[in-house]
Amino acid sequence: MTESATEQPRSGVVARDDLVAYLLRLGDDALITAQRLGEWSARAPEMEEDIALSNIALDQLGAARLFLTYAGEVEGEGRDEDALAYLRQDFEFRNAQLVELSDTDFGTAIAKLLCLSAFQHPLYEALSASTDARIAGIAAKAVKESAYHLDHATMWTVRLGDGTPESHRRMADALDEVWPYTFELFESDAVTRRVAAAGVGVDPSALRDGWADTVGDVLRRATLDVPTTDWRPTGGRDGRHTESLGYLLAEMQVLHRAHPGANW
Amino acid sequence: MAVINATQATIRDAVASVVDPEIRVVSIEELGILRDVTVDDTGRATVTITPTYSGCPAMDVIRADVAAAARDAGASAVEVRTVLSPAWSTDLISESGKAKMTAAGIAPPEPVRATGRAVLLQIAVRCPRCGSPSTQELARFGSTACKSLWRCNECREPFDHIKAH
Repeated sequence: MTESATEQPRSGVVARDDLVAYLLRLGDDALITAQRLGEWSARAPEMEEDIALSNIALDQLGAARLFLTYAGEVEGEGRDEDALAYLRQDFEFRNAQLVELSDTDFGTAIAKLLCLSAFQHPLYEALSASTDARIAGIAAKAVKESAYHLDHATMWTVRLGDGTPESHRRMADALDEVWPYTFELFESDAVTRRVAAAGVGVDPSALRDGWADTVGDVLRRATLDVPTTDWRPTGGRDGRHTESLGYLLAEMQVLHRAHPGANW
Repeated sequence: MAVINATQATIRDAVASVVDPEIRVVSIEELGILRDVTVDDTGRATVTITPTYSGCPAMDVIRADVAAAARDAGASAVEVRTVLSPAWSTDLISESGKAKMTAAGIAPPEPVRATGRAVLLQIAVRCPRCGSPSTQELARFGSTACKSLWRCNECREPFDHIKAH
């Protein structure tokens, strides 16, 4: 589109479509994470953990709302955060598949949170210096919150991994289960390359080594092995998702779709 | 007309004294989330606030309370803006705010270290009830996003602590 460049007051160096695509990835990772974590309210192993995971979910939801609101504004087609969260179908979501996976065990939830927060923390740190002031502002808040998420996931991974034979086995199983999905987080494509070149976004492949160091260090302390796998499922950034996302969206969207525009 | 008599100072004072809905002993000014209040000649107030945490659910209530306070003080119209930058920090909580938290049984935050990853480097938190430095963290996440849950080893009372952020 020829006018896309002139319609970018906040970041004149990336095309509108690229910025929207990038913001949806950031927002959807956070939104789907929030929805999954919310499932642990009143279901976690201890009451403090109900509160902790709900708090982390709230942080993720806060970031998601800010990113999706911005995405809707840049897109310029009248979609607000609610339209983007509640009225898109599964193939329109751009989150990495890792965050949508069902939490089949508490260990799975922790393994996912560890892998995600070790990615989000340096990502938000880098985005705090984005040439897009709005993204920089959102990231500068989120980076402080994600430090807590990483810290919390680290604490549980060490506690479960270096705990009883049963907790060790379940934490190891959980890591094996989610590990193949971590590779997608670091995939570069045309969108990430262009937003990174403009200083608006981050090329996720540049975060891979630091992530491996962070997670590897936690797993060592937890007496857990770094899983090895050749299977690297992907497609979330293009709208291809696992079966789990449909069920998650059904629950998340049912109220809004049954009562459009409903308000408290 | 009330609008004509409404001075910027009275509206500003009214807005500044709005209390945080989740820590009802401190005002939004003491908490450091009130960024700016302007009132034009027609009595239209523009209030700028910043959230503590990205997903702080108290923001909607704060927006409503701010608008009501400004109107009660004579503003003809109120616009409440939310800004993110610069990001809020617990270092912005005033000394009077910290003293009121302590008096209410909530341990105030220690200064944020420049290291970025301050989470793991927790210095001793004093019990807000008996003042003992012998305390322990029970849970890193508490009743609201900004708090963690602690216990005093001396007087055995549990208490909330505002996390350095």
